[in-house]
Amino acid sequence: MQEIKDPSREQLANERWQENVLRPALEQGERKLHFQTVSLEEVKRLYSPIDISEIDFERDVAFPGEFPYTRGIHPTGYRGRLWTMRQFAGFGTPEETNARFRYLLKEGQTGLSVAYDLPALMGYDADSPLAEGEVGKCGVAVSSLADMEALFKEIPLEAVTVSQTINAPASVFLAMYLVVAEKQRADWKRISGTLQNDILKEYIAQKEWIYPIRSAMKLVIDTFEFCTNHIPRYNPISVSGYHIREAGATALQELAFTLRDGIEYVEWGLRAGLNVDQFVPRMSFFFNAHNDFFEEIAKYRAARRIWARVMRDRFGAQNERTLKLRFHTQTAGVSLTVQQPLNNIARVAIQALAGVLGGTQSLHTDAYDEALALPTDNAALIALRTQQIIAEETGVANTVDPLGGSYFVEALTKKMEDDALDYFERIDAMGGMVEAVEKGFPQREIQESAYQYQKALERGEQTIVGVNKYEMADEPQEVPILVIDESVRRQQIERLEETRSRRDSGAVTRRLDQLRLAAQRGENTMPATIEAVRAYASLGEICSALRDVYGVYEEPAI
Amino acid sequence: MDQSSRKIRILVAKPGLDGHDRGAKVIARALRDAGMEVIYTGLRQTPEMIAAAALQEDVDAVGVSILSGAHNTLCPRIVSLLRDQGMKDCLVILGGIVPQEDIPKMKEQGIAEIFLPGTSTQEIVEFLRRNVKARD
Repeated sequence: MQEIKDPSREQLANERWQENVLRPALEQGERKLHFQTVSLEEVKRLYSPIDISEIDFERDVAFPGEFPYTRGIHPTGYRGRLWTMRQFAGFGTPEETNARFRYLLKEGQTGLSVAYDLPALMGYDADSPLAEGEVGKCGVAVSSLADMEALFKEIPLEAVTVSQTINAPASVFLAMYLVVAEKQRADWKRISGTLQNDILKEYIAQKEWIYPIRSAMKLVIDTFEFCTNHIPRYNPISVSGYHIREAGATALQELAFTLRDGIEYVEWGLRAGLNVDQFVPRMSFFFNAHNDFFEEIAKYRAARRIWARVMRDRFGAQNERTLKLRFHTQTAGVSLTVQQPLNNIARVAIQALAGVLGGTQSLHTDAYDEALALPTDNAALIALRTQQIIAEETGVANTVDPLGGSYFVEALTKKMEDDALDYFERIDAMGGMVEAVEKGFPQREIQESAYQYQKALERGEQTIVGVNKYEMADEPQEVPILVIDESVRRQQIERLEETRSRRDSGAVTRRLDQLRLAAQRGENTMPATIEAVRAYASLGEICSALRDVYGVYEEPAI
Repeated sequence: MDQSSRKIRILVAKPGLDGHDRGAKVIARALRDAGMEVIYTGLRQTPEMIAAAALQEDVDAVGVSILSGAHNTLCPRIVSLLRDQGMKDCLVILGGIVPQEDIPKMKEQGIAEIFLPGTSTQEIVEFLRRNVKARD
């Protein structure tokens, strides 16, 4: 039988406050009937000790650098080292992006992050008919090793960590990166960086896929195995909630689907014979920083706690590094407005602050002009300066997890954790994330949230300043934008043709045949991919060889 | 049949390599909720595939969603293919990330209206109701 306690002192105090103080104040009413987060979750008027009565400090919150890492993975937070300021950049030709990289490094950026164009993301060369109108537009154009050499010219890969946002053809880009490093005489054992390589979220949200899902998962596991054995300091995956959120997910769905994707990769890795304490420490994560400040902070704190518990309890991890969730954060591109675009600078600063208070390891701040086009040099610089202001002027990096212990933040963190675990149960019951994606489950959940948000916006229940409130008929500022013209495609095709004319075409054919063979036999495809890259086989040729074996993905109607 | 008794039929199309279909899907559902018949092409349709689908489905309008900057290449081609196959009254609208300076050019090339980020779905519904030509 349960022990019946007297109402606690807090409860009595709360009742007294409600009766004597709150009730009279409520006679004047409140601004709204319902107060909701941007994820349309109800927020209570007040949080007090009653809301955290089920939370045990040592078990659930604890100290930073200690299980379950709710307060961060480093005992000294940002007092030891600040987060890495890693601005995502890429546009036009490899030479243009190389110049932007060097500009950002000169201005104090501490890591690089490459955005590739759509043909690259889909595994097509610049001269493919499908690439028309898209070359260099959404990122830098890369079709072969020759382009990668130009992209990283005079950037020492042993000293600078580079994150590559590439998924369906990620193994090819890892191979190109390694061959460029090799040509720079960098030691593979010493280079570090991150490959996004998160194919599950492509089927769920961003939809830049090539092969059927299970073959694509096999390629991901090939990179895990290869990196574990040959590039020990490299992160072969960045399990990404960012795109899931941009596609319309709530904060909870972002958290739950991303971590469940992470679990799926761990399970596939284990089935391939990898050791949990060897490869999981090099898995990293990537979250969105949206407008709802506290909801975001709770999301990051919950992510660390869930991951630590799942790794320990579900997978029996022993290595402390396996338990520690490390993540990158990017401010929410979807929150940026075309209207009154300079307002985006304020949005980005507040979102970035949430990422920092949530304990991110690295951060990208969006440029204010990104709802219009890719950022100009000046807009990119303001975005970087925003991080530097947070780091060096606000004082928020002076103490570890300054919001730990807040009734609201702790209660929200717990709710995020509990609700994410409910999603895990539903996905486990379907047989796992691959099966859930095949059934269209996360896709439908996200689509529904996107539509509900749009309706709430149009009913005026959610506000976007400058869009559905405080609109201006005439825009107060004109902002200059970056224009990528069609000459980029011509230049890229020229280089590709030149590369093709110089290489040993017999060797290219042989190495592509060897890659097909490795894929057919179910061997690790990385060694053959590296050989094909060394011979200057193009991205399109390599992906086409793998398509011959694996086929292509067809999206089911959802 | 007059327009009031016939449902507006619209093809929501996503050309180019981009996979960001949040906007296209939200619009498709909002138009459906407004009583229109909506056909969604799915991702990565070429202008030829879009024009063929528009003809086969006998639509009154085609709504094109492009966020990648490829509108200057793709949109004129969709319009001219529709016109070539005799769909002179088929309205073509564009939604997505389109720089201000491209808007006059798009309109000259036959795009009836360009809807930028932040547009309410209601605005698009009303535009279609006002501008889709009544058929005999």
